[in-house]
Amino acid sequence: MPTAYQIVVCGSLVPDPLQTLEPVATPTGPALKNEMMLPAVLDPWAGHALFEAANLAKQNPGSKVWLVSVGPKAKLQQVMMTVAQKVPFELIAIDGPASGFAESAEIAAALAEAIQGIAGLDKARLLVFGGWESASRGAGTTMQMVGERLGIVDQFQGVDELTVQPDGALRILERIEGGKHQVSTCAALPALLGWATGNLAEPPNNPQVGMLNMRTVMPALQRAKALKVANDGVAFASVSLPKQRRETKIVKDQSPDDIAREIVEWIGKE
Amino acid sequence: METILFLAHTEADGSLGKAALETLTAAQALATGLGAPLLAGLIGGNVQPAANQIASCGAQRFLGVAGAEFAPSRYSTDSAAAEALAKAAAATIVIAPATSRCNRVLAGVAQRLGGRIDGHVTGATTADGKPGLTRWYYRQRMEAVVQRTRRPWFILLDPGCSPAWSGAAGTASVEAVAVALTAAHQRTVVTGVQAPASDAQTIRPDAKLLFVAGAGWTKTQPDGKTHPEEAEQLILGFLGKAKASLGSTKSLVDLSGEGQAVLKFMTHLNQVGQTGSTPRHPKGLATCCHGEEPHTVGWRFINERRAINLNANCSWAQGKADVLYVADSFAVMRKVNELLAAK
Ligand SMILES: Cc1cc2nc3c(=O)[nH]c(=O)nc-3n(C[C@H](O)[C@H](O)[C@H](O)COP(=O)(O)OP(=O)(O)OC[C@H]3O[C@@H](n4cnc5c(N)ncnc54)[C@H](O)[C@@H]3O)c2cc1C
Repeated sequence: MPTAYQIVVCGSLVPDPLQTLEPVATPTGPALKNEMMLPAVLDPWAGHALFEAANLAKQNPGSKVWLVSVGPKAKLQQVMMTVAQKVPFELIAIDGPASGFAESAEIAAALAEAIQGIAGLDKARLLVFGGWESASRGAGTTMQMVGERLGIVDQFQGVDELTVQPDGALRILERIEGGKHQVSTCAALPALLGWATGNLAEPPNNPQVGMLNMRTVMPALQRAKALKVANDGVAFASVSLPKQRRETKIVKDQSPDDIAREIVEWIGKE
Repeated sequence: METILFLAHTEADGSLGKAALETLTAAQALATGLGAPLLAGLIGGNVQPAANQIASCGAQRFLGVAGAEFAPSRYSTDSAAAEALAKAAAATIVIAPATSRCNRVLAGVAQRLGGRIDGHVTGATTADGKPGLTRWYYRQRMEAVVQRTRRPWFILLDPGCSPAWSGAAGTASVEAVAVALTAAHQRTVVTGVQAPASDAQTIRPDAKLLFVAGAGWTKTQPDGKTHPEEAEQLILGFLGKAKASLGSTKSLVDLSGEGQAVLKFMTHLNQVGQTGSTPRHPKGLATCCHGEEPHTVGWRFINERRAINLNANCSWAQGKADVLYVADSFAVMRKVNELLAAK
């Protein structure tokens, strides 16, 4: 009999990657210039986790997906307008910073508390998903701390594939060095998976799913608890943009043969 | 007073890998800079060969958690081992290589010990007697220097950020640190590694050159046709001859994922950029790739950069490449392969 999973996905929002970002100093630490004005998207690897969660739930009737998200309420609402049209889930919103400079340990504490607050949470059916790294902090540290707070010691990071075996065990592929995957089986739940890209394309928008989700999204946003991140004990001595602009030499009107010779010579140089 | 613990896992043969040896150099520098004792903590099936390999590194103690249960890379057992080592060392700073194995586990250990952690660190330094580290935010878009007062402080140092330690081997006396395991630690079983056949392995982290292929390879060319077979042949031919590592843009791997008959050897693991990897190579050559920002953030650690694009106004021209060849990648790479074959 298939398991009715409880799948909780942790995921927040990040600035649209096509935006130019600039750090600014504020009294409470570093931030992005015009941070509240920047268009935002669902954090990409957390997005993959959400789509994988929805796919697993679909294949296992009775399963349910929650999305737990820490972010400024107004921005969360904006991002939910599109995300909620992708796959069915129930939102649990926490009104706090989505900044890359916010301390991951404090964000993890808030996420774990929200997960523990889910009515009827059953650890024997629980899968906690998230992205293996955010596109903001990019540290790959939050999910493990969420797992620890929930007492989950079967944890996987850089996951590209999850398959449920006939006996209910999970078979998991994690990214390791050199373009390879480690294969593991996990005999029992709860388990935590930090997803990399996985195998699913982004689902198309489905207005019907959107309407269903919106019934819970709006109340969840209204209910969202405020979270203040103190960044306790952290000091940013500097935050700077790289001096990256190169003097690009543009070579036009050179024959492919000459270019090839130049490239081969360049490659061969120590 | 700080106590620095260099923490690492062994490779399958019991030795320490390159990333671990690089981290050891950084750990030594931290210890020297802070006037702090350096300890070594090792995890693996058998840690004695690794301890012997770094016997002369100046560590005051060599602590080890060893045994068959600790050979595989697994959260439950690795976290128990790392926790025990950090406690036994009474470490205030734990520095470990950012391998997939350490990345999976150390944040959880920091949580257990009430500490804090920084991942993807690119440098650890001391200034005015205080430790600090550098790391990037927003996918390599800005770099920060971070200091912390909370201890223990766990640091995962990215590979390629420090020279590898290379001192004399010797005989180290390893203090075994006991870790009690229960059945709950063994619910996960590592069953193996899935890898492409060695001749199909296109990701080579140690290669001198990153060769990036973009979606242009699959697009309609000036003759009005697409040439996926030739593209595949040219790319694979070049990789074989130049021993380069293959990177891709998102557009190209997404096409491959959609089952189009293009470049079958491409997977998401090849993708470089915002939602891909940020590899380290001395040189990079981009072909048929526009050089948009979500792609080029993945080039942060590629030193010399050249691109071949039909479009003189592509993004590489905007200060992102050292040289942009405005040319047809098919024609250029055909000739490059010919020249390499003749060598
Ligand atoms: C959330 C998000 C995350 C993203 N993450 C990533 C990421 O991680 N990595 C990534 O790469 N992108 C990423 N992108 C996508 C990125 O914005 C670009 O769309 C993508 O990099 C473009 O790929 P491309 O250059 O291969 O394709 P195109 O933009 O289609 O460019 C093809 C290029 O090929 C050239 N060309 C065609 N034929 C030839 C020829 N014969 N010779 C020479 N040149 C030729 C053309 O002039 C053109 O410049 C992301 C986007 C978003 C929104």
